[in-house]
Amino acid sequence: MKSKVLVITSGKGGVGKTTTTANLGTALAMMNKKVVLVDTDIGLRNLDVVMGLENRIVFDIVDVVNANCRMKQALIKDKRFEGLCLLPAAQTKDKNAITPHQMRNLTNELREEFEYILVDCPAGIEQGFKNAIAGADAAIVVATPEVSSVRDADRIVGLLEAAGLSEIKLIINRIRAKMVKRGDMMDISDIIDILSIELLGVVPEDESIVISTNRGEPAVIGSTSRAGEAYRRIAKRTMGEEVPMYSLQESSNIVARFRRMLMLAR
Amino acid sequence: MFDIIARFFGRDATASKDVARERLRLLLIHDRSMVSPEVINALKEDLIQVIQRYMDIDVESLLVNLENEDDSVALVANIPIKGLKRASNG
Repeated sequence: MKSKVLVITSGKGGVGKTTTTANLGTALAMMNKKVVLVDTDIGLRNLDVVMGLENRIVFDIVDVVNANCRMKQALIKDKRFEGLCLLPAAQTKDKNAITPHQMRNLTNELREEFEYILVDCPAGIEQGFKNAIAGADAAIVVATPEVSSVRDADRIVGLLEAAGLSEIKLIINRIRAKMVKRGDMMDISDIIDILSIELLGVVPEDESIVISTNRGEPAVIGSTSRAGEAYRRIAKRTMGEEVPMYSLQESSNIVARFRRMLMLAR
Repeated sequence: MFDIIARFFGRDATASKDVARERLRLLLIHDRSMVSPEVINALKEDLIQVIQRYMDIDVESLLVNLENEDDSVALVANIPIKGLKRASNG
């Protein structure tokens, strides 16, 4: 099976790595891909909660690495979507519980069964980061339009390149059209110019993300969330389709909204 | 247009995103140059070697630093000269 290991990373915490992993993975599964989400944030696992699968954890990634269980026993099947699984992080161990070498073996094992292996990376640039990127073919860097986040993204891009990863793409998360319009938020071109990496997608700030996280249902499941729509486009682009970028103006006037509905219907 | 109105009401004329972009630009020059103390020290050693071929310099009080100017980052070296070497190819 042709498979791809994608690490979702950012450097800075709280910019939406886990939300991105959950939504991109769910969107890919909704398009009939076989997907596994791997949470590598050992000690601070959250992907299970965002996915609403926290009550089904028996074994975790450290158990698999230490051969306390077989891979199949640790993988949680998401009953909502055929072909979507989660490998949860351990909550009680620390980041040194696995090594980059073990991580590489683990992703290779997952390649046999899944088309997309999405690795949710912890914040920071220490051991957890090194583990998360060890088996990756490509990286998705998530940044918000803030000085601190873009700065950290730049650092991460440097570290990814140094680690030999050449396919690095950017998701700009939580952009606010109104603030961009009045010049109080860096826009997409500002950030792309500075980081000079390819743009994979733009996700608007959206209350529906909070609501869907409350419920443990990724926003892509519903059809009304703007962020969810942005993630669906990102999923298509990840699969190699050409999809127009999510335009910030889309939600602001009726004509554009209507046009968007037509585009969706196509 | 908004700028004009904002200025009219006495608000800061520079859009905050321009401030952000400029701060970020400077930050990244610093970050990307990866100037760890070791790098600066290595640079210092090399500089000393090269300059000593031509001048007698005060190695002890030589200073090499990255400094933030108004809108750029500069490598600033302060190298006190004890004396010039006599030209040997006279």
